[in-house]
Order: sequence, then C-alpha cells, then structure tokens
Amino acid sequence: MARGIRDKVAILGMGCSRFGERWDCGPEDLMIEAFNEAIADAGIAASQIEAAWFGVCLEENNVGKTAVPLAQALRLPRIAATRVENACATGTEALRGAAYAVASGAYDIVLALGVEKLKDTGYGGLPVRTRGVNNDLWLPNATAPGAFAQLASAYAAKHHVDMADLKRAMAHVSVKSHANGALNPKAHLRNRITEEDVLKAMMIAEPLGLYDCCGVSDGAACAIVTTPEIARRLRPDIETVTIKALEVSVSNGEEAGFSNWDGAHIATARTAAARAYASARVDNPRTQIQMAEVHDCFSITEAVLMEDLGFSESGRVIYDVLDGVFDRDGALPVQPDGGLKCFGHPIGASGLRMIYEIYQQIHGRAGERQLPRVDLGLTQNLGGHPHQNVCAISIVGRLGA
Amino acid sequence: MNNSQDIHGVLSTSRYLPRLRLERSAIFAEHRWMAQGLKSVAKGRRTIANWDEDSVTMAVEAARALLADLPDIKPVELTLASTTLPFVERINAGIVASALGLGNELAVRDVASSARAAFTEFVSALRHAVPGHRVVLAAERRVARPASTQEMIFGDGAAGVLIGSGPAIATFVASHSVQADFVDHFRESGSNYDYGWEERWVRDEGYMKIATGAIASCLAAAGIAASDIAHFAMPAPLSRVNDAVAKRAGIRPETVVPTDFESIGDLGGAQPLAMLDSALRAAAPGALILVVAFGSGCDALLLRRTEQPIAKRVTDDGKSEASYMKYLSFTGQVTLEWGMRSEIDNKTALTAAWRECTKISHFEGGCCSSCGTVQFPRSRLCVNPECRAQDTQEAKSLANLPARVLSHTSDWLAYSPCPPFQFGHIDFEGGGRVLMEFADTDPDELQVGLPLRMVFRIKDFDSKRGFRRYFWKATPARGQ
Repeated sequence: MARGIRDKVAILGMGCSRFGERWDCGPEDLMIEAFNEAIADAGIAASQIEAAWFGVCLEENNVGKTAVPLAQALRLPRIAATRVENACATGTEALRGAAYAVASGAYDIVLALGVEKLKDTGYGGLPVRTRGVNNDLWLPNATAPGAFAQLASAYAAKHHVDMADLKRAMAHVSVKSHANGALNPKAHLRNRITEEDVLKAMMIAEPLGLYDCCGVSDGAACAIVTTPEIARRLRPDIETVTIKALEVSVSNGEEAGFSNWDGAHIATARTAAARAYASARVDNPRTQIQMAEVHDCFSITEAVLMEDLGFSESGRVIYDVLDGVFDRDGALPVQPDGGLKCFGHPIGASGLRMIYEIYQQIHGRAGERQLPRVDLGLTQNLGGHPHQNVCAISIVGRLGA
Repeated sequence: MNNSQDIHGVLSTSRYLPRLRLERSAIFAEHRWMAQGLKSVAKGRRTIANWDEDSVTMAVEAARALLADLPDIKPVELTLASTTLPFVERINAGIVASALGLGNELAVRDVASSARAAFTEFVSALRHAVPGHRVVLAAERRVARPASTQEMIFGDGAAGVLIGSGPAIATFVASHSVQADFVDHFRESGSNYDYGWEERWVRDEGYMKIATGAIASCLAAAGIAASDIAHFAMPAPLSRVNDAVAKRAGIRPETVVPTDFESIGDLGGAQPLAMLDSALRAAAPGALILVVAFGSGCDALLLRRTEQPIAKRVTDDGKSEASYMKYLSFTGQVTLEWGMRSEIDNKTALTAAWRECTKISHFEGGCCSSCGTVQFPRSRLCVNPECRAQDTQEAKSLANLPARVLSHTSDWLAYSPCPPFQFGHIDFEGGGRVLMEFADTDPDELQVGLPLRMVFRIKDFDSKRGFRRYFWKATPARGQ
C-alpha cells in the first residue's frame, strides 16, 4: 500500500538567483548563482551529490536538449542527471524527480535545478513556437494571455458577476503582488502600483491588461534534498523542512474536448489539490496552511485558483480578494515574494522558486516580507493553458507539522 | 415524383459576398492628389475579402449556399473558375470539394483565363443533358494596381450554379458562343495586375459588336424576339455598357438586371453567375432570362424560369470598412511592420496534412457509437470519462452545426494579419467542444453564449514556401 511522500524527504539547502532581465548573464551564470547559494546552505561538498534533475522548458531558446548543460555548468562528476520538461510546471517536476529518488532509497543526496533564459528572443512575452505538426493544422496560435483570458469571460458568465467587479479583484491581485515584490531584493519587478494603474494599462488580451500579466524573466532556482535523518545529522542547528505532498495532475483532453468543464476553473488544480491535501493530512486548507505561492501567470489565474485550492468558496473569490484575505497581512498570504507577477517567471525555475519562498519563510530568512509563522506552505505550479495543462502542487513544512 | 421535380436544368444558384465593404470614398481620398479622374467612380462601396479569404474559401461559401437546400445531392463534377486561384499547381476545386465533404467519387477541375470561364462551363453543362449533378463555381479576389479604375470597380466574391435533373428553377432554351482573341485587357502568368486598352474601343469594337452579335445569334436560334426577354443580365465592367448593348439588341431597358456596382462591385468571373442568381430570384414563372458573359469572345444563354419556388435572398449589407491601408495590407500591396511574432515558421507537414485530410478540410470529428459523445479531434478512445470505449467513433463533421461561445478573448499580443486575434472555446449543439479562431467578428461582439456558425478560411500563410493552409473558423450567426 503506497503511503505517499509525507516527511520522507527533507530539503537540505536551497538557492535562487535574482530574477529579471539578466542581459549580462547566460544560463550557466544563472545556474551557478542559484547553486552556490544552495550548496552553501546545505553545508555539503558538490561531490556529495549523487544524482541530479534538471528542469528547462524552452530548451530551443537557451540551453538545448539533455541534462548535459547542467552537468557541464556545475562540472558534476559524471553522475546520473535527467532533464525534465512539463511546460511551466517544469521546476516542480524537477523536484519531484529528485524527491521520489530519495524516497525510493536509491540515493541519499540529490539536486533539482531549474533554469530558463527567456530574454534572448528579441521581443516581449513568451516565445512563439510550433505546437507540433498535427496541432498546427487546426489549433489557434493562442498566446498565454489569450488562453488565460478565456477564464475571465467564462468565470464572469458562470457566476453572473459584472466584468468590472472581476477586473477590480484582478487588479487587487496585481497590486498586492507588486507590494510584496517591492520588498524582495531578488524580484524582477519591485515597483508599487495602484488599482488605477492596472485598470488603465494597455490591453494585452481582453480583459487582461499589461498589469494582469506576469513578468517574463531570466533566472534559476535549485534544491538539494535528502532524507530527514541525514538532514538532521548534517544540519542539527536548524529546523528540518520536509515535503508533505508533491502531486501532479495532467489534462487528458476532457476540458478541451468534452462538455463537462465550465471554462471557469482549473480542473487539474482541483484533482492535484485533493491528492496533496490527503497526502499532507490537510482537511481545511484555509486554516491549516499559512502561505501559498500559486501560478499567478495572470491575475485571473490566481483568482480562480483560490477557489480551486479551497481557499475561497465557489463564486466568492472576488469578495475574499477585495477583503484582503490573500494580502501579506491577511488571513492567508498568497505570493508573499511577489509571485510570478513580480518575482518573475523564468519557466523552468518557477516551481522551485515558489518552494524556495516557503523554505525561506519557515527559516525566518524572508527579510522585510517575513510572515509571523509558517508551519505549512503550499505551491501550485501550472504548465500549459486552462483547458489543457499540467498542474503540480507541493506542500512543504516543518518536520512533524 | 411529378414531372416538375425531374427536369434537367438549373437546380439552384448562389452568390457569396465577403462581409467587408470598402468605401470607395476612402480609396479616392488616398489618390485624389494624383488621380482626380477617379472621382466619377468613387461612389458607394465595394466588397473586399478579409485577410483569410481567397477564391477557394469564397467558392466554398458559394457552394454551401448552393447545396444547402439539396443536401442529398452528390455531384459527379465540381468545376471552379477563377482568374485568381491561389494555387497554379494543385487542383483548387479539390480543396473546395474536400471542404464540402463531397467524398472522392467525383471529377474536379479548375478553369481560368477569362471573366467568362465559369459561364462557358455552365452553358456547356446545361445544354448537354447527361446524368448526374454538376456544380460550377466562380470566385474572384482580383487585385488592381492602386489608383487604377479597376481598384474602384472590382469586387471580391463568388457565385455558383447547380445543374442536373430535379426540381429545376430554370431550363435551357438556347445559347450561342463566339470566340475572339480580342485583347481588351490581359495579365501575364505570375504578374499581379491587368493591363488594359482604351475603354471606348473596348465598348465600340468589343461589346457593341461581339456581344450584340452573340445575342442576335442566340435569339435567332431560339426563335425569340429581343422584346420578349424579361431579364437581361450582363456584367458591366465599363459604365452602363449593359444598357448600351440592350438598346442595340432591342432588349427593353427595364429588363436590365442591376449590376450592384454601388454596393458590391464587379465580381469578374463570378459576376455572370451572380447576376443570374439575381435574375432568377426576380423572375416570374415562364419568364425568359438572357445572360451574357463577355471576355475573349462571348457566351449568350437564354433560360426559361420554371414554377419551382426559390427562397428569397437574405440581404446583408456587410460591414463598412474605411481603412484603405488595411485593404492594401490584406492584398499584400504594402508591407507593414508586424513585429517578430510574425516571423513564426508556418511550414506544413504535408504527410500529416494528408493523414488528417478530412479532419482539417471537412471539420470531421467523431461521434462515439457507444455513448453518443461528439468530439474533435476524432480519437481512438472516447473522451467521455464514463465511456472510454475504443475505436467506436464514427466520422461526424462539425462544419454545418450551430455552436455557441463558451469563453473568448480578443488577443492583441498574438500575431494576426488583422488584430486582435480572436479565439475561444465553443460548444456545438448536440455536443462537441473545440478551441477555435473567430472570423469576421467585431472586437466588441464576442460574448458567452453568442450563436455561431462555421466558415472555411485560410488559417496560416507560409510565405517562405508559398503555401497556405485552411481550416474552419467560427463566425457570429447574424440575421439567421
């Protein structure tokens, strides 16, 4: 009988580069920046790492295929290394591969590292690319904002809410993330904005304006994981942080091609959340989880995810957002680090960056944005579009929490 | 079946006009500095194809209208006539037949080279009563040099006619064809623009002699007096040349069928069939209709309207377009800065395109014979999670099914030759959900629940290789 991953794997060290338009850095520089921080945090030598998982999404834009770029950048001593890709959920997938390898008993200490060098395209937004020869024959050439904007139209229609009210709540989501990002020295966007700025911004994909969209960034993040026993032995001086749940749910074409999806929520997020809560023994996420980092690629995504993750009742997220529930001083802070919106979104690194923030908060290292006390934090990392995606959820917390 | 249901003749006619109507005043405004003379033709508006329409897609729409009320007919031949076919090698009529889902058991052919090409085909099919139903389509998207008279008078559009035995709306009386290498205008293979000779000469030596001669011979063959003609349909790419020909031939002036110059323009090869469509809808039972097509010679055809009723044409005034620059861009006459997103390589894997042929051309999905779920694309396993049956899906086209918007956006980031790029999830009546592009949709028009119908359009251009791929798009079902 499978018993899940809870408390079987500990995070020994983490690192995260500064995110942003890192014009002067290549992927190698970003990887080294994140890795140096993690290896120092773990207090081990690089030679103690037995295997590695490497997350890159748009390899054609930066490092190319295979895990060789990681092994080469870090001069890993010919250990096993695997490249993983699951769209924007790639970072969490890298950690999942690493964590399950430790949980299996095959290795003691492994590395998960995600990197993305996006700002070598010459234009704003994510790179345009083929969706495969068959899909290109019929699928619309949707951009990410266009695909996620669909959520807003369907949500407003389903819950009979005025688009203006929904847009106000979406604006609040972005204002909150900018306020948090301003306190984060590693964040891509550190400016504060107002609701008026959001509502008056240039339209990208109706109803999403510029400030409803996250940054497109360069960056890297990594984690060194081991067993809780080894973690306690190597770092008896600090609290042991363990993985409580690490779940992935993948669309099978039902949302896109069957009529049982309302277009107003992320079906995989509900499935992955249910499994993650079961694994972490959480029955009331709104009270048992102290912070969340979700995939706020767009303001509307964060909004509907609050319902999918059980933080808001169905149809109530507008009120919760406007009441400040998810603000940094609210009942359940979401994106205390600024999120994809402001910390930035180097695709392969994002899932690990989310976990990095929980890890920093638990250890009390979050500086100006430090939350009172975090025992359990949740990350939700989404690859693809609302109707067809990969949803990865992790719950991370203090050992025993 | 009584006799009136089984007559060889014209079974239906149709006309398709693109929605966009370019204001001629907008054209003139850009040229008045150097071409004051255009003022005399700068009246009203002309049809222009949207960026994703060409002679193939417009022919598909004309054919769908043609066959709408006769769904059981399986044509044995489909002919597409145009001087603006997108492919020089690759049967364009075959793209149309595939989009219509006519199957493989028919002959398809393209004809070209003159504004009367379609009409010649039509006359030939009509006068020889051979078994089977024949579709003749004509479509034009002619591009004229900026500031030319042709730019003002041309219109984009298509028309069609279905010939065979059945409930005919008109029957053959007589015809006469004349060949003449009379070069009033020409266009060399590979060049974009016509070169034309003086209009007065074209009128006097061409229409007034060749056309009137063909008319006289046709009437003589039928033993009909010109004064008995009830409807005289002849395109008039030169102003009022149809009136002059009628007068010379002794045809009553009130019988001249309007050319719709002020609201549409001249549809080139599609114009004779489009005017036939107008004439038949206006004609009383028993009325004689004379249709004349001129171009490198002349065809004159005399028809008699039967008692078979014809549905009234749905009038659609289209949508006014005042941007001449947009027209220049749509027709590739000006290259605008579209940004790096437009650099995407739209290479088509022809192997995959053939494998997916019916899916792409006729919007063929699957209907699960086990649970009845309609799905697109058709797949090996049913999408219904309660079913999951394997290899149970029967082919089902979504092309003619009504649908509604589930979600939508107008995307200003994505590259589109006509921003914003509009797309969304749509639900078909009776099941089936597809993420689709919208065509001919106003930015503020989209809303959840909006009724839609499907249209066959250009999906992408591959400018590197000179290829274009087609797929279906959703358009608001207006006035239906």
